[in-house]
Amino acid sequence: MQYQAKITIALKEGMLDPEARAIQHALANLGYKTDALTSAKLFFIRFDAKGKKEAEEMAAKMCERLLANPVIHQYTIEVSE
Amino acid sequence: MKFAVIQFGGSNCDRDAEYVLSEICGVDTDLVWFKSRLDDSYDAVILPGGFSYGDYLRAGAIAARTPVMTDVVRHANKGKLVLGICNGAQILDESGLIPGMFTINAYPKFICRPVHLRVESTDSPFTSLFRKGEVIRIPIAHKEGRYVAPEKVFADLSKDDRVAFRFCTPEGEITPESNPNGSAGNITGVLSEKRNVMAMMPHPERASEEVLGSTDGKKIFLSMIRHIERNEA
Repeated sequence: MQYQAKITIALKEGMLDPEARAIQHALANLGYKTDALTSAKLFFIRFDAKGKKEAEEMAAKMCERLLANPVIHQYTIEVSE
Repeated sequence: MKFAVIQFGGSNCDRDAEYVLSEICGVDTDLVWFKSRLDDSYDAVILPGGFSYGDYLRAGAIAARTPVMTDVVRHANKGKLVLGICNGAQILDESGLIPGMFTINAYPKFICRPVHLRVESTDSPFTSLFRKGEVIRIPIAHKEGRYVAPEKVFADLSKDDRVAFRFCTPEGEITPESNPNGSAGNITGVLSEKRNVMAMMPHPERASEEVLGSTDGKKIFLSMIRHIERNEA
């Protein structure tokens, strides 16, 4: 069965995000006053798995082994068919 | 005695490191392509600076998962020396050989200039030729060099004397102004638990000849050579 994992990798709360800060500054230059801006990376991955549970476990392993660095990142996984 | 400088796709300080080791320090040094395996004949491995795999995902993330890094980890686990410089330092943190992480500078731009470093620990194969507290001058060239780590890691580094270098003023003071990238505690050189692996953001190979304005970096390579000679004896 083929599944799609939508994986969001974001900085842990409280981690400095210098690029987000620069983007927020650029928005301010365009006249948009914003109270907060954070950025995240989004991955869409298609792969075969025996069931949804296995697909979720595989996606979690992908995060742990490559996609996220636990020192600064947190991640969320949404698996769909 | 034999050194290896690993070349990843996108390494660009590999030849500088090889040149300094073979021509300036006079040791046998091989360039080893990442698709080759690293055999057991090497006493020390250098992971050079550059932009391996375009810094995709995170600096060092992809290089850290290449097969040759399995060999480098095995080499390190035997107690042999590994020095990661700049991108090499990022590869070491992504490989788990060094705790913490070098991530995007507090002010997110590429900085390339000489900086002052205070030698914090001389109890390592990489820093034994320095005096504790000595101020040295070595260039940095990076956009992702801000050292971050969980609190527990900082406690361990400090308890075990595993901080090798901190950014400082020319007088050796650790100040926010002398910290070019926002690294926690101005840390920019970190030793592994067994002290045989060191990650550093500054480029010692760019400070190994008088003509380049500083020979402070050369002492790191000479410290490594002395350590290996003593182990052989």
